Amino acid sequence: MSEPSHLDNDEPLLVAEGLAKNYGPIAACREVSFALYPGEVLAIVGESGSGKSTLLQLLSAQLAPSAGRVSYRMRDGVLRDLAGLGEAERRFLFRTDWGFVHQDPAQGLRMAVSAGANVGERLMAVGWNHYGRTRDTASTWLERVEIDVGRIDDAPKTYSGGMRQRLQIARNLVTEPRLVFMDEPTGGLDVSVQARLLDLMRNLVSELGLAAIVVTHDLAVARLLSHRVMVMKGGRVIETGLTDQVLDDPREPYTQLLVSSILPP
Amino acid sequence: MNAPTYNFAYLDEQTKRMIRRAILKAIAIPGYQVPFASREMPMPYGWGTGGVQVTAAILGPDDVLKVIDQGSDDTTNAISIRKFFGKTAGVATTTSTTDATVIQTRHRIPEAELHAGQVLVYQVPIPEPLRFLEPRETETRRMHALAEYGLMHVKLYEDIARFGHIATAYAYPVKVNARYVMDPSPTPKFDNPKMDNCAALQLFGAGREKRIYAIPPYTTVVSLDFEDHPFTRYRFDAPCALCGADNSYLDEIVTDDRGGRMFVCSDTDFCEQRQAAGHHGTESAAPHKEKAHV
Amino acid sequence: MTAMIELTDAQKTFTMHLQGGVELPVVRGVSFHVGPGECVVLSGPSGAGKSSILKMIFGNYRCDSGRIGIRHRGSVIDLATAEPRQVLSVRRSTIGYVSQFLRAVPRVATIDVVAEPLIVNGVAREEARARAGALLRRLNIPERLWSLPPSTFSGGEQQRVNIARGFISDLPILLLDEPTASLDAANRAVVVELIAEKKTRGVAMVAIVHDDEIRHLIADRIVDVTSFAAAA
Repeated sequence: MSEPSHLDNDEPLLVAEGLAKNYGPIAACREVSFALYPGEVLAIVGESGSGKSTLLQLLSAQLAPSAGRVSYRMRDGVLRDLAGLGEAERRFLFRTDWGFVHQDPAQGLRMAVSAGANVGERLMAVGWNHYGRTRDTASTWLERVEIDVGRIDDAPKTYSGGMRQRLQIARNLVTEPRLVFMDEPTGGLDVSVQARLLDLMRNLVSELGLAAIVVTHDLAVARLLSHRVMVMKGGRVIETGLTDQVLDDPREPYTQLLVSSILPP
Repeated sequence: MNAPTYNFAYLDEQTKRMIRRAILKAIAIPGYQVPFASREMPMPYGWGTGGVQVTAAILGPDDVLKVIDQGSDDTTNAISIRKFFGKTAGVATTTSTTDATVIQTRHRIPEAELHAGQVLVYQVPIPEPLRFLEPRETETRRMHALAEYGLMHVKLYEDIARFGHIATAYAYPVKVNARYVMDPSPTPKFDNPKMDNCAALQLFGAGREKRIYAIPPYTTVVSLDFEDHPFTRYRFDAPCALCGADNSYLDEIVTDDRGGRMFVCSDTDFCEQRQAAGHHGTESAAPHKEKAHV
Repeated sequence: MTAMIELTDAQKTFTMHLQGGVELPVVRGVSFHVGPGECVVLSGPSGAGKSSILKMIFGNYRCDSGRIGIRHRGSVIDLATAEPRQVLSVRRSTIGYVSQFLRAVPRVATIDVVAEPLIVNGVAREEARARAGALLRRLNIPERLWSLPPSTFSGGEQQRVNIARGFISDLPILLLDEPTASLDAANRAVVVELIAEKKTRGVAMVAIVHDDEIRHLIADRIVDVTSFAAAA
C-alpha cells in the first residue's frame, strides 16, 4: 500500500538547537532542541509562565534567541538558519510558507475588512491581481472552514468568536503553508465551539499534510491534534514523546500532576 | 513707512536649503516619502502649508507662479497663496497654465498639457496610502521598504465587494517607477493618467505630516487595479456648459433650489481659454457678464 | 519462521510522583514471540498486566528496559527505544490496535471513522468508504446509522464500530483488547470469523479475552502473564 510521502520524509522541516531566551537574569526558555518533520503536529504544553509562548515566538523568528538557533527547510529544500534570513525573506516566509493562528483573532485578522479580503490578502500580497479569482478562492476557503459564503462581505467584527477563529485559520491556510504556528487556538471559546474547531483543524492538518506547532495549556487539545508533545516547566522541556505515551504514561512529577488535573471525559 | 521685510519667499535660507535637500532626495527616489522639518507657516494646516514650503524652497525671482484650488485660480485659498508669494517674493503671477513655471495645486492637475521645465507642486493632507488599513507608521514604512503592497489591493477588493466596482474616486493609489506605491493627494482619479510620463517635475508637500515626495519628469506612474477590474477614469457624462469641452473634468454647480444644475470645467483657465477661442456650451457665462455691467 | 513480535525481558514500572514517589511495578521479564498468522492470547487475573503489555507493544506505554522487537517493513525495529516518529510509522503501516472503548472523534460520521485508517494509508476515499460499509454491515450496524457520529451510539454499537475500524486495515499485526466484551452471541461470532480471516492472511495477533469460549476459538497459543507479574 502506498503511503503519503510527507509522513515518511526523513528531512526535518524545522530544527531547534539549544534555544534559550533570557530576560535579564530570568531564563524564559532554555536548552530547547528538537526536530519537526513535514506533516508532524507538535504540541507544547505547560502552565502560564512555563515559557511555551516565548518558545513559540523564538521558533517563528519573532524573537531573537539569546543562544541557540532555529533552522527551517525552505521550499527549495535548503535548511537555513532563520537568524540569517533578511527581513524581506522572513516576512515573505511568514506570509506564504508559514501560518500563525493567534489566540485572539483580532490580532490575526483585520477586523474592519470583509472576510473575503481577509482571506484574499495573502494571495494579493504574493501578486494575485484578479478580483474574481481571489474572491472565488476566498469563498472556497470559507466553505472549508464552515463559514456561510453569504457572509463573505461581512467584516469579522460582526462574527462570533468561533467564526473569527475559523476565519483566521482560512486566512492562514489560503497560501498552502507547510508549517502553522498556533498559540492557544481554542482559548477563550465555549466548549462546544472548541470541539468543532478542533475537529476542523484536525481534518485540515491531515488533508493538507501540514506541520504544526501548537501551544496549549489544554491537554485535550494536545491529545486530539498532536502526534508529539513537549511538556515545559520553568523554561525547560521536562518531558517529550508521543502524545498518547506522555499523556497515558507520564513520567515526570509535573507531567503526572498536569495529567491528573484533567477532569475525566 | 516701510512694510516689514521678509526674506525672499518668506522662509529663511537655511530652511529652504533643508527643504531642497529633501526635494533632491525625493526626486532621486521617485514616490518615496522623505521626512523634512516642516515649519510653522502663517496659515493654518489644511491650507497647503506643505505645498507652500515646497514652492518657497524652489521659487526664484524669475519664476512665474500659478496657484489653483480644485482647478480654480480665483478661490480664497488660491488667491491668498498667490498674494502671499506676490508679497514675500515679488514674483510674477499668472492664471495661465502654459505661462507658469511653478504651479501650486490643491486637488487638481491642469487640463493643458504640462511642458518641460515646469514644476507642479501638490498640497498633500495625508501622504501615506497604506494608513487607512495599517495605522502603525513603523509598519507602513517597513511595508514600503520591502514593497509589500498586498494591502493596497485589499482596499480595492473592498470597493468592488461593496460597490461592484472600484469606487475610490480620488486619492487613487499609484505605483511610481515600478517601485513605491504613492498617494497622489486628493486629486480625482480622472487626473491620474496625467501623472504618467509627465514632462513637468511633480513635487508633493505634506506640512502637517512633514513629508515630501516627488515624481521626476518622464517617470512611469501606474494606477493600481485588478486584471478583471481595470483602472478607469471618471467624469460626468456631459459637455462643459460654458465652453462645450467633452474631455475635461467637470464640477457640478447647483443653480437653484429646484434641482437645477450645470456642469462646468473645474479648470477655470482651460475653460476661459476655450471660450476666448470661440468655443461655446449650452449656457453663456452670463453671471460674469452681469457682474461686469454693475 | 521470523517472528512478527518478539519481546525480550521487557519491564515496566510506574513511579507515582503524586503519591510520594511510590514505585508500582507492573511487569518484568516479559518474553514471548508471535509469528505471522498466529494469535497469542494473554491470560491471567485482572491486574496481572495484560493490558499494560498490549500497550507496551503498541508503544503507548514506555518500556523501562528490555526489548520489543517489531517486524516493520522488512526489518526489525525495537519499540522500546524507537523515536516517536518511528513509532508513528509502525502504527500507520504495521500495528493496529482495537481497544475496548472507542475514543470518539466529535462530529465525524461513523463510516468515515471506520474508513480513516485506509485513507491515511493512501486508499481512495470512495473505495475506503465502500470497504468500511461492507464491514459495518457484517457487524450488523444498520446503514441508517452510518452517517451519524458514533458518540451517539450504544456501548455495544460503539464497540462494533471500533472493531470495524481496527479490522479494516491490512496491517500485519493486530492487538485486540477485549474485542468481544460487550457483544451478543451473533456479533461475537462475526469477530471470531474476522480473526480467523486475519490469520489466513498471515496477520500476527495478540489478544486479551476473558470469555473462555472465545479464547478457545481464537487462541493458537496462550501466554500466562502471571509469570511476568512484578508485584513487589
